Amino acid sequence: MPAAAGALLVLAPLLALVLRVDWADFPALVTSESSRAALLLSLRTAATATALCVVLGVPMALVLARTSLPGLRVLRALVLLPLVLPPVVGGIALLSAFGRRGLLGERLEVLGVSIAFSTTAVVLAQTFVALPFLVVSLEGALRTAGHRHEQVAAVLGASPTTVLRRVTLPVVVPGLASGAVLSFARALGEFGATLTFAGSLQGVTRTLPLEIYLQREVDPDAAVALSLVLVVVAAVVVVGVRAPAPRRS
Amino acid sequence: MSVGTARTGASWTGAREGARGALAAAALAPLLLLVACSGGSSSPDASTDGATATSGAGEQELSGSLTVFAAASLTGVFADLESRFEAANPGVDVQVSYAGSSDLSAQITAGAPADVYASADERTMQQVVDAGLVAGEPSTFATNVLTVVTPPDNPGGVESSADLADPDLDVVVCAPQVPCGAATQQVEEATGLDIAADSEVGSVTDVLGTVTSGQADAGVVYVTDAVRAGEDVAVVPLEGSQEAVNTYPVAELVEAADPALAQAFVDLVLSTEGQEVLAAAGFGAPQGS
Repeated sequence: MPAAAGALLVLAPLLALVLRVDWADFPALVTSESSRAALLLSLRTAATATALCVVLGVPMALVLARTSLPGLRVLRALVLLPLVLPPVVGGIALLSAFGRRGLLGERLEVLGVSIAFSTTAVVLAQTFVALPFLVVSLEGALRTAGHRHEQVAAVLGASPTTVLRRVTLPVVVPGLASGAVLSFARALGEFGATLTFAGSLQGVTRTLPLEIYLQREVDPDAAVALSLVLVVVAAVVVVGVRAPAPRRS
Repeated sequence: MSVGTARTGASWTGAREGARGALAAAALAPLLLLVACSGGSSSPDASTDGATATSGAGEQELSGSLTVFAAASLTGVFADLESRFEAANPGVDVQVSYAGSSDLSAQITAGAPADVYASADERTMQQVVDAGLVAGEPSTFATNVLTVVTPPDNPGGVESSADLADPDLDVVVCAPQVPCGAATQQVEEATGLDIAADSEVGSVTDVLGTVTSGQADAGVVYVTDAVRAGEDVAVVPLEGSQEAVNTYPVAELVEAADPALAQAFVDLVLSTEGQEVLAAAGFGAPQGS
């Protein structure tokens, strides 16, 4: 029974959303100029943020999984913090760091670099919230894979770089892939930090979630239609991540 | 930066107060029913008739509970009016529920137990009028116009509203889809000003927060928002602001448990005393009166 209740709790809102969609106007609603601009911007920024997550997250996961630095547990907890932080809090924290009057932002302004109200700010916000997903997935994969292959390779005379490139990373490719996909999904859905930190301008900073939030006030049908688009993308992502799992067993 | 954090904190408090108001309103519903029933009759209609009679008697002492639904932008003003009303009528407990006008109209038409409704524009009030829930006619009690605000040190050197056309300045406005943005657009069209906006957000509080935190060089908000922000912003007049005057109507609702009490509160809002409180918060007097 509790399982059924749980399933109902998860499925009922999604089902209700689908039922509320105004199908007659759906194509027009999701292909309007503002919708397309928001969707394209979302895909573009989320892809960039995911790439950044991989570049920054792989070394972080390696440090967390393969070293025994003192205070590693604290470090891990801090890195994972954005995962559990309320989105608006993340936005305020980003603003404190990178805003025009922020800790780093003020110095950047002096150098003539202004990220306020730019697409860069959107990518920064998305990377901030999505990075932990990649680090967690990859660190888990690294720990599961274990040290043995690496030790064997090292004994056989492979240099540390070769071990990393030819042994460690290939083993954890599925973990890296699922981490990247989760990061992409999280970046795509990022809302609070973007709104607080990057602003909202069509084609520049107004991503799909921000467009939905704005449309909700004026045209609820458009908000529902665009929400469904995000649900579908999320479903594709989840299925994509989960699909390879049964093949292994 | 500390300024920005403080402002956000303040708006959260506002939201919490709104929620508390709604809770209070919900908690009050059975109480109102009790009051209605204690009129010596089991029918609320009969007790309503009795109350109308007392209001005719004039200087009758008022007592009981009054639930007021007020637009979020009236928060400070109505808290003041609430305590004045309670001080003048010791037997009365006023509960004010604050939220966006669209939400309040939706709640009232869905049957929320309110006695008085003060909304931030005529459109949302009209929804309640159309639902047949307003007793008599709504009265206009205040107006509000737009203004330009900058951070206190005016980092962008904004001297007049014409400077907002400068693409090098970071300017935040409300999105045209929401009322404050529609008003901004109306002023732009009337004056030929073309604001080079860097962000178009969904609520006027977001515009204010972006400016007070120093993230933007300038923003367009209502005069009352600028007054409320006090020293956190510097004000630059918006040329042509009279082209988009926002009107606030107040009305007694037909479902009011005690029409005399509802009438008395509306009278306070429209009185000289009420108008002084509104003026101090930056509201304009109702036009044509």
